[in-house]
Amino acid sequence: MSPMTAGRILVVDDDAALAEMLQIVLEASGFDASWVGRGDEALAEFRRSKPDLVLLDLMLPGRDGVDVCRDLRAESDVPIVMLTAKSDTLDVVAGLEAGADDYVAKPFKTQELLARVKTRLRRNARPDEDPSTLRIGDIVIDVDAHTVHRGSEPISLTPLEFELLLALARKPRQAFTRELLLQEVWGYRHPGDTRLVNVHVQRLRSKIEADPERPEIIVTVRGIGYRAGTPAAP
Amino acid sequence: MSRLRWLLGAPSRWWSRSLSIRVVTTSVTAALVVFGVTGWLLVTDSSRGILEAKTRQSVSEASAVLTSMQSGLRDTDLRTSTVNERLTELARDAANRGNVGNQYEIVISGPVSDITSAGLSVTSVPESIREAVLTASQDLYTTPTLIVFTDGRTSKPGLVVAGALLASGSGRYPVYFVFGMGQEQQTLAVVKQSALVAAAVFVPLITGIMYVISLQALRPIRAAREASERIAAGNLDERMTVSGTDDLAGLGRAMNHMADELGRKIQQLENLSLVQRQFVSDVSHELRTPLTTVRMAADVLHDARDDFDPVTARASELLHRELGRFESLLTELLEISRFDAGAAELQIDEVDMAELVTTEVRAQDALADSYGTTLLLDVPADARIRADPRRVRRIISNLVSNAIEHGEGNDVLVRVKADDDAVAVTVRDHGVGFSAAQAHQLFQRFWRADPSRQRTVGGSGLGLSIALEDAQLHGGWLNAWGRPGGGAQFRLTLPIAPGEPLSTSPLAAVPEDVGGPWQRS
Repeated sequence: MSPMTAGRILVVDDDAALAEMLQIVLEASGFDASWVGRGDEALAEFRRSKPDLVLLDLMLPGRDGVDVCRDLRAESDVPIVMLTAKSDTLDVVAGLEAGADDYVAKPFKTQELLARVKTRLRRNARPDEDPSTLRIGDIVIDVDAHTVHRGSEPISLTPLEFELLLALARKPRQAFTRELLLQEVWGYRHPGDTRLVNVHVQRLRSKIEADPERPEIIVTVRGIGYRAGTPAAP
Repeated sequence: MSRLRWLLGAPSRWWSRSLSIRVVTTSVTAALVVFGVTGWLLVTDSSRGILEAKTRQSVSEASAVLTSMQSGLRDTDLRTSTVNERLTELARDAANRGNVGNQYEIVISGPVSDITSAGLSVTSVPESIREAVLTASQDLYTTPTLIVFTDGRTSKPGLVVAGALLASGSGRYPVYFVFGMGQEQQTLAVVKQSALVAAAVFVPLITGIMYVISLQALRPIRAAREASERIAAGNLDERMTVSGTDDLAGLGRAMNHMADELGRKIQQLENLSLVQRQFVSDVSHELRTPLTTVRMAADVLHDARDDFDPVTARASELLHRELGRFESLLTELLEISRFDAGAAELQIDEVDMAELVTTEVRAQDALADSYGTTLLLDVPADARIRADPRRVRRIISNLVSNAIEHGEGNDVLVRVKADDDAVAVTVRDHGVGFSAAQAHQLFQRFWRADPSRQRTVGGSGLGLSIALEDAQLHGGWLNAWGRPGGGAQFRLTLPIAPGEPLSTSPLAAVPEDVGGPWQRS
């Protein structure tokens, strides 16, 4: 019987030293870590090791990191955290739009990386006062089952997208600033990159809105951020 | 009123603006002057010549007639007629002769009265010549006059030739020959008219010719100017068409050559900039990965330092700290490099300055505590602008940490104020301050106020340089005010959106409480 681990993590990075250091650090924190060094081998290794989270470098030989991200996202809802050397270029947005949940810019503090990883792996502890179902517009959210339906049709969301939707749905009248969403959903304690929020709201809208051009589930509040739309009459 | 002034100023504006107007006006004026002088001389000379000729002719005619009259008077048989009758006879004869060809009229001052030709008024003989004749100092006198008629003929200018008849025994009788100048007058009029006609033809002709010449001379100059303007507008491939070997062609060739050189230089600089940008990008990528590995290894050692012996533990502490410094320095160097290469870009988002400043100030609470400094905030409810939040945070963070570091434990006040066009943030400390001479150096790279100061914050000396670049990237301002021993105030002003023009700041750069340093209460 395998020992209880905090989770399995796949490291996809072409720099051997960095990958080794990452594995050391992750295992010291109680995770199981494995590594693959080429983009074109990433998908196979992913299928083999079935990790709970993927740390993905964007600069990879064999297949570009953004494409690998897309491949992984197409198959699974696994949390993906990008490791980027360039923190302020289009690569970050490209990665987020390809399906990554968060990113960490090199060089990073070890604690920072671990905090992000743990946040993404967090099993959502439901406060007791949460109702078991929430409604926005014509969407029904089953909080315990982590499912979202429009009528009888299920909508498939990644864990991050689900959490984002839930954060908004829990307080339907509140307008959330992007900073607040970064804190609640991504676990940032310090001000971070609000582009994360923008990109993921777009992704969520494209999945959940009947008409993404005229959002009703997630409504933009000018000058502040976002708000959940009003529930339709049941 | 100013309209009128504008209108009155128009000619001088045209003058200074147009080379061809200057050329044409100058040459026309010169031509007019030359022609005017020449014409005047011509007319004057002609008049004089004609007058002299007429005088000579008249004098010789008068002389001949006078001589024959004199001999006629001598032959007078005084038994058959009086002097008066004889004089009248002579006058009639002379007048008849004079009327042939309308050459002259005659007036004789007889013993009784003036004897005149038919229809002539005696006023035709001016007083001046009557007096002159009486002096009898020469044979003949001349004077111009106006001939007046009594029979309705119009007055005309003329010449009086005066002499005297001597009658034996009875005295001296003045004789006045009055010659008409009508023909001469006509001649003169013709001369004058010709001169004027010539002028009327000449001046416009000259103007036209000078204008054409000026255009011809100016065309290459104008072409050069237009080509220069096109090049300056960014069309670097423009060249002048050059033909011939004269000065103007030389100008064209020199211009083209200059444009070539400039184009080449610009290309060089662009290439250099590209190379530098690529370098920054490559360095950025290459350095960050090993640095991350090293950092993580140092973190592991640092976390385990309690397990080491004191020496190794200390070593791991220093390693950890200095790596942090190294990382900040590298990040700052790469930022500066990006500014230099012109590769710095704004990631614009909606920013609430009130909230941002509050967060950044609060983030420095620990640092402030360690210096015993109180951080005071004066911010409005909100102050929204469009800006790059990452850069703005960096500026504020730098200003606040500088203020704490140099504040000598005294209060640090951070104020935010917004108006319709801009938001200003001032960070005021009451510490060491700086002198006017240092004011320029503050923003220079790697400059530190006092190199021997203990640096706990671990700055590289690049903070203010980067802050200034960040502010300017937004089209904003970063100003510093300081007084030795009186503290300092740094003011950041940002427009409501990057690139919007900035003319004033909502806050003053010089603090209101310029006076003694505050003491911590």
